[in-house]
Amino acid sequence: MTTHVPGDALVSLNAVNKHYGQLHVLKDINLQVRKGEVVVVIGPSGSGKSTLCRAINRLETIEGGTISIDGKVLPEEGKELAQLRADVGMVFQSFNLFAHKTILENVTLGPLKVKGVPKATADKDAMALLERVGVGHQAPKLPAQLSGGQQQRVAIARALAMKPKVMLFDEPTSALDPEMINEVLDVMIQLAKEGMTMIVVTHEMGFARKAADRVVFMADGQIVEDATPEEFFTNPKSDRAKDFLSKLLTH
Amino acid sequence: MDVILENLPLYWNGFLRTLFLSAVSGVIALVLGTLLAAARVSPVAALRGFSTVYVEVLRNTPLTIAFFFAAIVLPRLGVKFEQFEVAAIIALSTYTAAFIAEAVRSGVNSVPVGQAEAARSIGMNFGQVLNLIILPQALRTVVPPLINILIALVKNSSVAGAFFVLELFGYGRQLANANGDAVIPVLLGVAFFYLLLTVPLGILASTVERKVAIAR
Repeated sequence: MTTHVPGDALVSLNAVNKHYGQLHVLKDINLQVRKGEVVVVIGPSGSGKSTLCRAINRLETIEGGTISIDGKVLPEEGKELAQLRADVGMVFQSFNLFAHKTILENVTLGPLKVKGVPKATADKDAMALLERVGVGHQAPKLPAQLSGGQQQRVAIARALAMKPKVMLFDEPTSALDPEMINEVLDVMIQLAKEGMTMIVVTHEMGFARKAADRVVFMADGQIVEDATPEEFFTNPKSDRAKDFLSKLLTH
Repeated sequence: MDVILENLPLYWNGFLRTLFLSAVSGVIALVLGTLLAAARVSPVAALRGFSTVYVEVLRNTPLTIAFFFAAIVLPRLGVKFEQFEVAAIIALSTYTAAFIAEAVRSGVNSVPVGQAEAARSIGMNFGQVLNLIILPQALRTVVPPLINILIALVKNSSVAGAFFVLELFGYGRQLANANGDAVIPVLLGVAFFYLLLTVPLGILASTVERKVAIAR
């Protein structure tokens, strides 16, 4: 499906562990994502897939192992961490657009304040991005005036404005009304085709089939399967994956 | 009623002194309180600890103790000032700052955590997250409680009258002593001038509340 050729490991997780109190949410996670690769993470709720996604830009701290991005190990706190985060785009389930800023300001704020891009350039780039995700005409509005699907597309544009090396999507369509899911997925599929490195936590199996290079199946804090979409959906190896897929197909 | 009209210049003078004390203390308290609130939510444990202790101590002791400290203890420690007004401003602003810190902190907590996460994930540092994303949203929810605190400050400033500062209440006490037969009108006059300050603040609070409500 994909036309680009994946290169070296861009995101690398080695023996990553995390607990929430007694609960062992991430158990010895090893995952390499190469440049240009689209990895879809699926699994039952509570399997640790969101935590995994959030750990990659350190919104969740980890207790053991290392996470590195483009060869650099994720720093603890401070300036280096902020710099590294600027290279990692993040799209949240609940959009999290800045409620007091206009759509345009939401997209330009990062480039202006974090990268020091001149305002004229930032505005121009932001408008181009907003047009690209199909919400250019909404630029002067406030987030609350937009539909969920539109807000999520703005959130994608906001992340792209930082020109990230990798994009993380944490269940980007789970909070959306059904009729708005496709408009967001279309933007993501387009992004995948253009060669963006993406890690996508989702329940959208259609997206996984269409755009993923690899499907990572998680259960109980572990990576149970790591396969191509074709392999995973037609011939899952583990019982957990078979069970999960059969539940999806009953309705 | 004559006693009020006859002493109008005195009342006016006291009114202006009270306005001055409240305004100066209010501005200092707003700045100090916001800094304390920022310290309270900062990633640095020492700052959080300092802010917590400050707020809990000042908030849970009577204002009179703050005044005694500023007027009597500070000079003994070598902090000299020409006028008692300075002591009054120190006491009022440090005391009020504790309440402002609590109000701002609760405002910060009212901003959904996702706003800070989104800001951090585009590479903003702690200061930028706070100044550009959290505080502008927090201040909107905080304005009504802040104005309540400022109203309390205006009234609290009357304590300065007991510490040799001539403000509205101080003048009122002088007038009451001088006009033993008209204590009630004298005090009604004092109350009226306090209302002249506090009622507009209350009206401002409800106007602001309606105007800055933020849509989510």
